[in-house]
Amino acid sequence: MANAPTPSNNTLPPDAERIALLRDRAEFVRLETLRLIQIAKVGHYSSVFSCAEIFATLYYDAMRLRRGEPQWPDRDRFLMGKGHAAVGLYPLLVDWGFFSKDVLDGYTRLGNPLGDHPDMRKVPGVDFSSGSIGHALSGGLGMVLGGRAANRRFDVYVLLGDGEMQEGQVWEAALSAAHHKAGNLIAIVDRNGYQLDGQVDDIIGIEPLADKWAAFGWQVHEVDGHDVVALATLLRQLKAEADRTRPVCIIAKTSKGKGVGYMETEPGWHLGYLAPSDEALAAEEIKRGGKTQ
Amino acid sequence: MNGPIDTNSWQYRQINARAPGLSYLANALIELVEDGYPVVAGTADLQYSNGLVRFAQRFPERFTQFGISEQNMVSAAAGMASTGAMPFVATFASFLALLCCEQIRTDVAYSALPVRLIGHHAGISLGFYGTSHHATEDLAIMRSIADLTVVAPADGPQLAAAVRASVNHAQPIYFRIGRGQEPLVYDDGVDFQFGKAIVHGEGSDLTIIACGSMVHPSREAYRALRAAGKSVGLIDMHTIKPLDTKAVLSAAAHSRFVLTIEEHNILGGLGGAVAEILAEAGSPARLIRHGIRDEYSLIAPPTHLYKHYRLDAAGIEATVREALG
Repeated sequence: MANAPTPSNNTLPPDAERIALLRDRAEFVRLETLRLIQIAKVGHYSSVFSCAEIFATLYYDAMRLRRGEPQWPDRDRFLMGKGHAAVGLYPLLVDWGFFSKDVLDGYTRLGNPLGDHPDMRKVPGVDFSSGSIGHALSGGLGMVLGGRAANRRFDVYVLLGDGEMQEGQVWEAALSAAHHKAGNLIAIVDRNGYQLDGQVDDIIGIEPLADKWAAFGWQVHEVDGHDVVALATLLRQLKAEADRTRPVCIIAKTSKGKGVGYMETEPGWHLGYLAPSDEALAAEEIKRGGKTQ
Repeated sequence: MNGPIDTNSWQYRQINARAPGLSYLANALIELVEDGYPVVAGTADLQYSNGLVRFAQRFPERFTQFGISEQNMVSAAAGMASTGAMPFVATFASFLALLCCEQIRTDVAYSALPVRLIGHHAGISLGFYGTSHHATEDLAIMRSIADLTVVAPADGPQLAAAVRASVNHAQPIYFRIGRGQEPLVYDDGVDFQFGKAIVHGEGSDLTIIACGSMVHPSREAYRALRAAGKSVGLIDMHTIKPLDTKAVLSAAAHSRFVLTIEEHNILGGLGGAVAEILAEAGSPARLIRHGIRDEYSLIAPPTHLYKHYRLDAAGIEATVREALG
């Protein structure tokens, strides 16, 4: 993918060309994730696969970015509460010209800036370091407040895991973001249903999740997190609400391991490693299914 | 959206009446904004306790009331700093250093974001509020976090000077301060350099190395001992990290004893930092660490506690006399 377009900033649904691009980029995320985890020999495949369409829609439709300018002060920000999906983000940052593919290809090797969790100090294009679940929404709120103090307007997107809803700090941030009218703060919950020890609702249940966010004063949307048309249309509508005062929570219904059948049904794939022959089969399956959404 | 400020409340009036030292923080920040620095400030339901209410009155658009959500505040401060703002966030040292330790490590220090963390009412200065509100571990915890500068100013003027100096300091900073009732050691406009200790005097018998709230009583003891003919020195080690190792080694080279004084556990804080330097240098000077001896403080008003733990001038003087035999 040589030329990532700038977002269109309109409220119309994406056209056929854009839809094809978003699907292609989601497939790219999955294939690159397979490739990079081969280098590390262990990684969070399924955590990336559940949010591949979210990554693609943010970076190729919703976010205002400038190619090769990761520090552009008016850029939209992206933070990952589920930092363990960073392996899927890094290829997109290369695609945007924020750092070179040579660096990407040294993923996790001694001295390379790219680890399992994103480090803003080392990786151009990473807006906030993460790895300890639960901090990112607060960090995103701080960016909104910082932008406000400096009279800059940008949107701040925070991708949260659904297991992350169990962290108390998320709700501290939820309460204060609504209070401080952080309308340009957009949380996206990757509701894939799983965390390390099993199904989220078996570990510590979080439902009714939409009601919780609404009760905290947020505008809530529920969407199929693998449907790039629905995602892009919603994010375009939100972009157009420039004077919104309520922060937004998008609950993206997703499937952990989406794109590789056995990962979708086996939660143990939260963290794993594919033998090279299995990797090839997984890649084939992704290519077969990736364009059908 | 920070809520109304009640200027008739006792909390507001006590800022000047009972805790004049508190006004230094807000005033220093107000001056920085007036000078064009992108300072923003926040607190977690303690705007009267730390005096930042004055900043909130002056620059409401630059102040964020986070409510009782300290961890949220620290992570948000990191976010603010990432956009180019210069955030100062304040709460009790016990909550800041212990409750928010991981946010400070991961979001602030590891990310190299120039957040200024103000831990006030440090040590046992909250007296009978009890152990939950005491911070006798914060220096040890903060000192072990890479790329975090740790400062314990002695009084309001030195705090103001350190705040002013921080605009040229790239690293995040943990400021450990008291409750605003500390007697003044310094005059307004005192010089401050991070990592550069202030040597009040040298002595061949013993050198006191003190920080923060302990500088004033240490200076009282130092003056009394010198008046009594003892050759005693005094160093204000306001920066715990990076420690002024030259000043420590110089004191150890010309004094038989080095005595550290801190309102903190004797493990891991100022005494621990000095011990590391002296041990690695093979110094022959004998080190005595004075402070809270790895225990939880009793309940009492602060001045009673300082007397009990011999952290007042008389207690420090007695500690020196015992050392010298």
